[in-house]
Amino acid sequence: MTHLAIAPQFDDAAQQHESAALGMWAFLATEVLFFGGLLTVYTVYRMAHPAAFAEASSHLYTWIGAVNTVVLLLSSWTMALAVHAGAHGERARIIRMLAATMALGLAFLLLKAVEYYLDFHDHLVPGRAFRPDWSTNAPAAQMFFILYFILTGMHAAHMLVGVLVVACFVAVIRTTPSPARHANALELVGLYWHFVDIVWIFLFPLLYLVA
Amino acid sequence: MTTLDAIILPAPSYLTAHWSLRSWLLTLDHKRIAMLYLTSITAFFFVGGAAAVLMRLELATPASDFVVSGAYNRLFTIHGAVMVWFFLIPSIPTVLGNFLIPLMIGARDLAFPRLNLMSWYVFMAGGALATGSIIVGGVDTGWTFYTPYSTTYANSAVFPMVAGIFVAGFASIMTGLNFIVTIHTMRAPGLTWFRLPLFVWAMYATSLVLVLATPVLAITLVLIAVERFWGVGVFDPALGGDPLLFQHLFWFYSHPAVYIMILPAMGVVSELVACFSRNPIFGYRFVAYASMAIAILGFLVWGHHMFVAGQSVHASMVFSFLSFLVAIPSGVKVFNWIVTLRNGTIHYKTSMVYALGFIGLFTLGGLTGLFLATLPVDVHVHDTYFVIAHFHYIMVGGAVMAYLGGMHFWWPKIAGRMYNEGWGIFSAILMFFGFNLTFFPQFILGYLGMIRRAAEYPPEFQLLNVLSSAGASILGVAYLIPLVYLTRSLVRPATAEANPWNATGLEWTVSSPPPEHNFDSTPVVTTPPYSYDAEKTAELEAVSP
Repeated sequence: MTHLAIAPQFDDAAQQHESAALGMWAFLATEVLFFGGLLTVYTVYRMAHPAAFAEASSHLYTWIGAVNTVVLLLSSWTMALAVHAGAHGERARIIRMLAATMALGLAFLLLKAVEYYLDFHDHLVPGRAFRPDWSTNAPAAQMFFILYFILTGMHAAHMLVGVLVVACFVAVIRTTPSPARHANALELVGLYWHFVDIVWIFLFPLLYLVA
Repeated sequence: MTTLDAIILPAPSYLTAHWSLRSWLLTLDHKRIAMLYLTSITAFFFVGGAAAVLMRLELATPASDFVVSGAYNRLFTIHGAVMVWFFLIPSIPTVLGNFLIPLMIGARDLAFPRLNLMSWYVFMAGGALATGSIIVGGVDTGWTFYTPYSTTYANSAVFPMVAGIFVAGFASIMTGLNFIVTIHTMRAPGLTWFRLPLFVWAMYATSLVLVLATPVLAITLVLIAVERFWGVGVFDPALGGDPLLFQHLFWFYSHPAVYIMILPAMGVVSELVACFSRNPIFGYRFVAYASMAIAILGFLVWGHHMFVAGQSVHASMVFSFLSFLVAIPSGVKVFNWIVTLRNGTIHYKTSMVYALGFIGLFTLGGLTGLFLATLPVDVHVHDTYFVIAHFHYIMVGGAVMAYLGGMHFWWPKIAGRMYNEGWGIFSAILMFFGFNLTFFPQFILGYLGMIRRAAEYPPEFQLLNVLSSAGASILGVAYLIPLVYLTRSLVRPATAEANPWNATGLEWTVSSPPPEHNFDSTPVVTTPPYSYDAEKTAELEAVSP
């Protein structure tokens, strides 16, 4: 018995796996449209206010963004190793790699929280506390920070979901009689994780490097 | 063996297998989830309809006397938002689609039954939040939430309402995703793509739009919520924002959403026309491809809502041209239905009367759509009752007629009961006349310059408005009649045969109502769809009352 129990609506494991994989890809397509809509808004406003966006961008903590990019790339690597170990049913290695992925994900969120804290101190949070003494076009600078917070906030929410899913998965792998049964599910968790990483790969240059 | 067979009672149907409330609220059966949706969207339909009744009462006189302007604004917001998001978009997919897709493709259920049940809860949560906030908080932005009014000026519960629609959007995504996966992976052996019923093709095209368009609405609503909640200007021109960008994002979802409403209706009509003209659908592949073409083109025409909003003339010209292109696949469908009828033997059952009504009303709605896609004509009739009449011909004359036609066609399968054909045909014809009396005068009113979304109008428009209000009262009665006789049929014993219309399709091979697990053994398909022939025609004659 190397396969997960087959749900009653499916004929066999192959059909179940195919359905699950297609479902995940369709879900990721909705995510592309979700972030795509937001990036369209960003692009339109950046084209309307190029100088103000570049100026506002220069006030972000680029080093934190860069470190976080490296952290996420590493997490994608450990996730890929976890998926690889999953295909071979190596319990200890799956748990090690997922734990590393989770730690890197939490490190990303921690760094992001520190960055938000510093942004708050610099009066970069839109609203009443927003005080861009440096800006010649305060409304456009505020627009940049609105989009910065929404984009990175949505991304962080996805990271948080990813970390929680990985945590649940570790619990399952620790107790399951056969880790190989969960290889397909692990592959789907991996797809989600890589997708969230790719979103960041777009966000980092668009938000931090436009200056 | 024969004695053993005799003592085994027939398997209980999905309706009678369990009786507790819990067995309904926690069901994973696609057929029961379809029934949960049926009761919910029927309730939403009458909420939205009640708002329309009050609007037509107000418009019976030129002055704003029955309700004041502010209340009128709230009424059209309730009517639009409830009808679009909580009736039309879910209607055919979540009721007929949920019920029929697994049966039509020979599967035991959808690919993700738990996701399916969750979609209903998410839908109800979103519906409660949205309708609750309109009724309690009095939202008056119209269903389109145009900025900067919705973000800066409206003193009403825009935020919770936007949140409700955001939540309900996820139900749409879950349903669409479930259908896409199910149709890809769970077809019975031998059921190739080109043996699928056209209803399934239409649901597949619809699901693609649901999955790809709804996330853009979600992010647009998030931006509105951010602007209202934080008081920062995402779309406020005074703060460097662009209200037109909102319109682009909104219509990038909401124009494809129109095809979410009409594509399933076209799928239903293809089934009805083939069955009741006892004739394989003419040009099957073209009808299937036309669904896909409409789904794809639907993503490229949103700018035709913004011809007078200040977008560039060149953009308008491109959007105008692309909008004309939608007429081609729509025309293909209409012509193919007509040729199917022309070559067939027509049986005027209730569902067929609805289908014929659909073809006429949809054609009129589609042709007036071409008027609106024409730049100079649109400048003249923009924001008038001409637009109202156009989309009601598509949405009510088209989508609602097809939905009711489909409900009558599959009611024996769903409920296991027949209904009175006389009442059925009477209410279908009454609906057709009531509809035309309500909405045809609105074409004229719009052309003469009566603007939409106003509680008052110049006295010279009163005659046509009284006609329209009179038509609306007939329409209202015509909607109540099926509600009464279909509900009443439930108290009678379940005596419907497995296939009362002698129709083709796997859903008619199982008993009415179907057993919980749908099929005793996985069916194997060896024939093309719609293999209607002379022999079956004779059988239908025999069962006709």
